[in-house]
Amino acid sequence: MAIGYEPRIIGFLCNWCSYAGADLAGTSRIAYPPNLRIIRVPCSGRVDPLFVVKSFQLGADGVLIAGCHPGDCHYAEGNYHARRRIALLRPFLDYLGIEKQRFRLEWVSASEGKRFSEIVSDFTETLKRMGARET
Amino acid sequence: MARIGVFVCHCGTNIAGSINIPKVLEAVQKMPMVVLAIDNKYSCSEPGQASVRESIIENDLNRVVIAACSPRMHESTFRKTLASAGLNPYLLEIANIREQCSWVHSDNKETATAKAIELIRMAVAKVIRHEPLQPRQVPITKRALVIGGGITGIQAALDIANAGYEVVVVEREPTIGGRMAQLDKTFPTLDCSACILTPKMVDLAQHPKIRLMTYAEVKNVKGFIGNFEVEISQKAKKVDHLKCTGCGICWQKCPVKKIPSEFDLGLGTRPAIYIPFAQAVPPKPVIDRSNCLYIKYLNWVAAGQEGKKPPECRACEKLCPTGAIAWDQADDLVTEKFGAIVVAAGYQTCDYSHYQEYGGGAYPDVITALQLERLMSASGPTGGEIIRPSDGSHPKTVAFICCVGSRDKQRGKPYCSKVCCMYTAKHAIMLKEHDPEIQCYIFYIDVRAGGKDFEEFYLRAVEEAGATYIKGRPAKIYPQDNKLVVRSEDALLGKVVEVTADLVVLATGIEPSVGADQLAQTLKVSYDTYNFMVEAHPKLRPVETQTDGIFVAGACVGPRDIPECVAQGSAAAVKVAALFSQDTLTTDPLIAVVNQARCIGCLLCVAICPFKAIDYQTTRDRRLIAQVNESLCKACGLCIAACRPKAVDLRGFTNQQILDEVTSLWL
Repeated sequence: MAIGYEPRIIGFLCNWCSYAGADLAGTSRIAYPPNLRIIRVPCSGRVDPLFVVKSFQLGADGVLIAGCHPGDCHYAEGNYHARRRIALLRPFLDYLGIEKQRFRLEWVSASEGKRFSEIVSDFTETLKRMGARET
Repeated sequence: MARIGVFVCHCGTNIAGSINIPKVLEAVQKMPMVVLAIDNKYSCSEPGQASVRESIIENDLNRVVIAACSPRMHESTFRKTLASAGLNPYLLEIANIREQCSWVHSDNKETATAKAIELIRMAVAKVIRHEPLQPRQVPITKRALVIGGGITGIQAALDIANAGYEVVVVEREPTIGGRMAQLDKTFPTLDCSACILTPKMVDLAQHPKIRLMTYAEVKNVKGFIGNFEVEISQKAKKVDHLKCTGCGICWQKCPVKKIPSEFDLGLGTRPAIYIPFAQAVPPKPVIDRSNCLYIKYLNWVAAGQEGKKPPECRACEKLCPTGAIAWDQADDLVTEKFGAIVVAAGYQTCDYSHYQEYGGGAYPDVITALQLERLMSASGPTGGEIIRPSDGSHPKTVAFICCVGSRDKQRGKPYCSKVCCMYTAKHAIMLKEHDPEIQCYIFYIDVRAGGKDFEEFYLRAVEEAGATYIKGRPAKIYPQDNKLVVRSEDALLGKVVEVTADLVVLATGIEPSVGADQLAQTLKVSYDTYNFMVEAHPKLRPVETQTDGIFVAGACVGPRDIPECVAQGSAAAVKVAALFSQDTLTTDPLIAVVNQARCIGCLLCVAICPFKAIDYQTTRDRRLIAQVNESLCKACGLCIAACRPKAVDLRGFTNQQILDEVTSLWL
């Protein structure tokens, strides 16, 4: 493990809950590590598994997908589709040799700025400990 | 060829304080297709927008990136700026370097700067593939739905109706009026609550533009701003309100008398056919199905006549002079169209049954503040006489405990309910007026009297009514010799005190009405961990939600007092009226589009679309292809992630744009 390794994390955040939750973390000045790059998508169900695979292919150390809590999706059922799609994606990532700790699906509501920062901190910490991916 | 202009905002020191702007500009100038990179002190201000506008014209820019606050904050502002410079407003991308960078990485300027540069690089990569788009026009149904008939909903409905638009008010209870109808007096003016509320209730019922649906609930909401389709379930009242005159013979003669009154919070009783209180609107009764003898009889017959036969009462039917009793009336489900929805679902006071240290409801002489309101009310169960529920005697020593279900982190209610300090002061003043011999002891954590005339009102409770304020949260209430002993620490004296009281009043806090979370889910409105609705912006858009066309007002958003609720009801009404003042609605063109050449007609998208916005057609060469209904598409992008040949894509969030954003990080 490389000491002081700075992982690169890509986050696909739904516009209505998680992106707003990330904004709230900002508005509330709740600090978290700077390793995450957020990409705004309308819904977690918009995330094509290809985005995840491509991120890892390019060299991302971790990928986060965050959406509204089950039952709260702005589009009624988008996050359920995301959940099912991701359940199918996981074994494929495993097949590609990407450790399961490197890929997270989280539910973060618009009022959970603190939770968002905790997730990012925890994910960054985990990836730091794991160090660079073997390629 | 894209000619991109990047504008980096200082936002005063909000961004410039933790991000090295010159360094950012230096890096941005080297990015592909960026022809201009400048900074602004405040990009959203008039000079800032003017600078963007002029730069677009002078440099012949055809794409713009604004690196500033969240796109959720000012995306629409800057779209207008682009339009004012003659550029298509959809050729804009926002890099969120405030909420998601400077504000969360203020501890390290170097990393914050590096991250800001990357966020801008991502936005530049994305903006290149933006296309000019034209917004669509859709018609508006100029009719509003108000959910909740408390003071907030009443105010909103009256204001919308007075602006000339139709309103339907849906109220779950048999009457409108809400919590305010249960209050005796209001702080700090001691206005009689019913005297100021009931005329408004009558105004609402008589307004030609308002239709009132009581005993009804919203079950399902489809559609979008300007065009909502709402399913409302109307519970059978078993009384034909068109025939009923509200004469009152039925509820006087109903033999079932001893049902605890919901309105009087169990302190009084009501019959099975009833109006909740004398000034109820509509002033016409409903039959409570679980307690009516004849309905019990009908259920007994339907269940095969097992067990004891209930009496075939039908007293109300026999006595009704207009033949209004309608046993065959069934629950109904109606679908109505609306252009806007105001949610004024209100609050309830928290249940203190888990406060075992206060008896959790086991001691009859421990009551809630709302119950005390009913005891004080001249139209209440005791006619305004304040008595101990246990023995009917007149209390002489009354103890109040503030913050029950508020400011209590351990019980998951850390927030302040805002109104309890003031209504407790009111109770102290009112009790003294009722009986000068009453002595009040008020246990408090802090007295929060922030509001017009609030501090003066609190001082009146102390100085004129002689209430004794003791700083401390009582640890226990226990019965002793037909009285109750309240044991607490006096935090100012630093010792334990005990007050022996005849009556204890708990200032129970405010929480959202039961079912608020389900309602929020039905409406697709965000709600917080306490089930309060979440507004679009806590400061600047307090009555809007993230769902266009749905507004929130009153205590369903958070603890509010009456004037705030009224103001919010009016605020929501103005938003609705402004929407309805237009004939058509401009909607976002950022929706799904099908590339017909690529579509293979698998129609997975048709099945996956939650809004039934995708249909299919047969081309001349007899291929099935998907087709998006532009007015139904809500741009969630579910179909895009499901499409195997990548034939459908989402404008503004195309597959290529998202991949470009990712890829840009490794360039």
